[in-house]
Amino acid sequence: MNKKRRRAMARWGWLFLGPVTVAFIIGFIWPFLQGIYLSLCKFVLTRDAEFVGFSNYLDAFRDQSFMHSFWYTGLFAIVSLVLINILAFTVAYFLTQKIKGANLFRTVFFMPNLIGGIVLGYIWSMIFDGILSHWGTSILLDTKFGFWGLIILMLWQQIGYMMIIYIAGLQAVPEDMIEAARIDGASRTQTLFKVTIPNVMPSITICTFLSLTNGFKLFDQNLALNGGGQPFIQNADGSVIKTTEMMALNIYNTFYGQNSTSRGLGQAKAVIFFVLVAGLGIAQLAFTRKKEVQQ
Amino acid sequence: MKKRFLAIALCLVLAVGLLAGCSKDEGTVYWLNFKPESDEVLKKVAKMYTDETGVEVKILTAASGTYSQTLTSEMDKSAPPTLFVIGNSAGVKTWKDYALDLKGTKIANELSTDAYNLYDDTGKLVSIGYCYECYGIIVNPTLLEKAGYKLDDIKNFASLKAAAEDIHARAAELGFDAFTSNDMDSSSSWRYTGHMINLDYYYEEKAAGKTWTECPDTITGAYVDNFRQLYDLCVNNSTVARGDLATGGHDAQNEFKTGKAVFYVQGSWEYSAVADSVPNATMIPYYCGVDGEEKAGLNCGTENCWAVNAKASKADQEATLDFMYWCVTDPEASKLLVESFGVMPYKNAVASTNGFLKASEDYSKAGCYVMDWATNYQPNVDDYRAAFVSALNAYNADPTDETWAAVRTAIVEGWATQAAKAKG
Repeated sequence: MNKKRRRAMARWGWLFLGPVTVAFIIGFIWPFLQGIYLSLCKFVLTRDAEFVGFSNYLDAFRDQSFMHSFWYTGLFAIVSLVLINILAFTVAYFLTQKIKGANLFRTVFFMPNLIGGIVLGYIWSMIFDGILSHWGTSILLDTKFGFWGLIILMLWQQIGYMMIIYIAGLQAVPEDMIEAARIDGASRTQTLFKVTIPNVMPSITICTFLSLTNGFKLFDQNLALNGGGQPFIQNADGSVIKTTEMMALNIYNTFYGQNSTSRGLGQAKAVIFFVLVAGLGIAQLAFTRKKEVQQ
Repeated sequence: MKKRFLAIALCLVLAVGLLAGCSKDEGTVYWLNFKPESDEVLKKVAKMYTDETGVEVKILTAASGTYSQTLTSEMDKSAPPTLFVIGNSAGVKTWKDYALDLKGTKIANELSTDAYNLYDDTGKLVSIGYCYECYGIIVNPTLLEKAGYKLDDIKNFASLKAAAEDIHARAAELGFDAFTSNDMDSSSSWRYTGHMINLDYYYEEKAAGKTWTECPDTITGAYVDNFRQLYDLCVNNSTVARGDLATGGHDAQNEFKTGKAVFYVQGSWEYSAVADSVPNATMIPYYCGVDGEEKAGLNCGTENCWAVNAKASKADQEATLDFMYWCVTDPEASKLLVESFGVMPYKNAVASTNGFLKASEDYSKAGCYVMDWATNYQPNVDDYRAAFVSALNAYNADPTDETWAAVRTAIVEGWATQAAKAKG
C-alpha cells in the first residue's frame, strides 16, 4: 500500500466507519444502556420511567415462574445442543462421503431452516396432535410431550443449517492427513476421532455456540408449539407455573402483564437473561477454542 | 471520484433519515384501532373527514391479539396516537395517566347512556363507549325447525339440552350437528374463557345485588357448575370431538355459514359475516340452568371505548374531539360506522342494522334482564385466561370431576391470585 493511498484512507476512513458507528450506537449501544437503566425503573412508557432501584431484580429472583423457566431453558439448551450437533455432524459426515444424490440431500436437509418459527410451531403442533390424539391426549397436556416436541422441532429445523457448516469444515480437512493416517494403519473410527474431528474443531466451536445461544433465545417456536407454555401447574393458591415456558417467552409475558411494575420486572429479567447467555456463550467459546488445532 | 460521490450520497441518506422525524403538523388525528375487522371502514371514514375538513386522520390497526403491545410502542413514539382504546378495568389501571378526562366534552354530552363508560378511582372519565356488542348463542332457526324444534321452545337449559342432544344423536341422518366446533386455541378459546364464563360473574353480581365497578378481590364461583353444564353441552354435541380441540384448526364460522350446525357460541360482531348465508340467524342467551333464566337476555357490553391522549398537544386533542363528535353525528359517517360496529350509543347516530343486537333489544322489550360484561374485570386477563384454557384442555382430554376441580381452581383461586398480583 503506497503512502498516498494510506493518507486517503486516513482522511476518508471516518466517512465509512461513521455511519456504521452511528448505526451501532443508535441501534445497539444506546438501547442496551437504556435497557439496563429501565430495569431499575417502574414504567408504562419508557419516557416516563421512575427510578426504583434494585427491587425489580429481587422480584425476578423471587418469581417462581421465572426460576422454573430458567431450569427448563437450561435443560432444553443442553439437550438440543448435544442432539443437534451429533446428528448434524453425522449427516454431514455421510454426505461428504461419495453418496449418490448428496447435493439433493443437502438441499432437502437445509430447507426446514427457511421456514419461520411461528409457522413451524403451528404445523408441528398439528402433526403431534394428529398422532397423540390416538391416545386421547395432546402436546398441550403433558410437559414431557411439550419438551420433546420442541426438541424434535428444533432438530428438524437446525440440523440442516449446522450440517452445512460441518460439511464446509469436513471438506477442509486435508486429504493427505487422512491418507497418511490410512497408510499408518488407522481404522475408520481412529481416523474420525484422531484426525477428522480435531480438524473440524472450528466448525464445532461455531455450531455449539450457535445451538447453545439459539436454545436459550428460543421464542417463536415455543410460543406457537406449546400454546404459550401449556400445560400449567396450578399451585394451591391459584398462582400458575407455565411448565413449558422458556425464558424469552417468560420475559415477554411478564413485560405485558397488567401490574404497573411488570414492565420493569420484565426488563430486569431481560438483563439477567443477557448476562446469562453472554456468559455461557463466552465460556463455551473459550472451552472449544482450546481444542482447536493448527493445520 | 465515483467513491467520493458514493460516500456523499451515503451521508445524505443518513442525514435525511435522521431529519425525517422532525417535522410536526398541527391538529391531526391518529386513531389506534384494535378491531382488525373494522380497519377498512375506519379508513374510509377517515378519508371522508379529511376530504370534508382538511384535517389529517391517520388510522393504524393493531394485528389481532397484539393491541396492548402495539399501544405500548406507539405511545412511546414522538407522534403517539391521539385517540386510542381503553376497554376494560385492566386498561384503565395501566393507561389512566395518559387519558384525558372526557367529562363535559361535546362528545360525552352526545352519549345516550353512561353504561359503557369507564372511570378511574378518582372519578375521571377515562374512556367512553363508542359502540356496544352482545354475545350468546347464535342460532340457525331454519335448521332448528328441520330438526323438529321451534326457537320459541328453547327458553331454558333443559329445553336447549333436549334439542342439542337430540340433534347431535341424529346428526348423520339430519346432515348437520348441534354446535359448531369449540376450538381451544388462542383464536377461539376466548369464546369460553372470556365470554361464556361471564355467566358466572354476572349471576354472582346479580345474587349480591350490585354491579361491579372495579375488579373484586375474590369471586365465589357459585355458578361455575352452571358454566360446566353449558360448556359440556357445547363440546359434547358438536361437529368436533372434545379431545380434538386443544390445538384448534377448525373453522366454526364456516361450519355455521355452510349449515353444518345449528348453534354457534359467538357475538354480535359476527352478524355481517353470517347474515348473507343465514339471513334469519338470531341469538339466544347462555341458558345454563340458573333459576329464572327464562327471563335472561343477551350479554351486552363493550371493550370499545375511546380515550383521548392526555399528553398530546392541545391542537391534536381538539382535532381528535372534533373528529369523534363528527363520527357520531354525521349521518353518513355514523351509518358506515354503525354497519361495522353494530350500535353506537349516541343520541344522533343512526339506528343499528345488526340482527343480533336487534334480538338483544327484543329481549329487553320482553322484560328480560341484560347480562352485563362483568368479564371486563378479569384481573391480569391474559394470565388468568391462559391458566383457565390449560385447565379446560386437561378437562376435555379426561372429563372427570377431578379435572374439573382444576378448572374451578383456575376460575376462582386464579381470580384471587391474579387480582392480588395486578394490585402489585
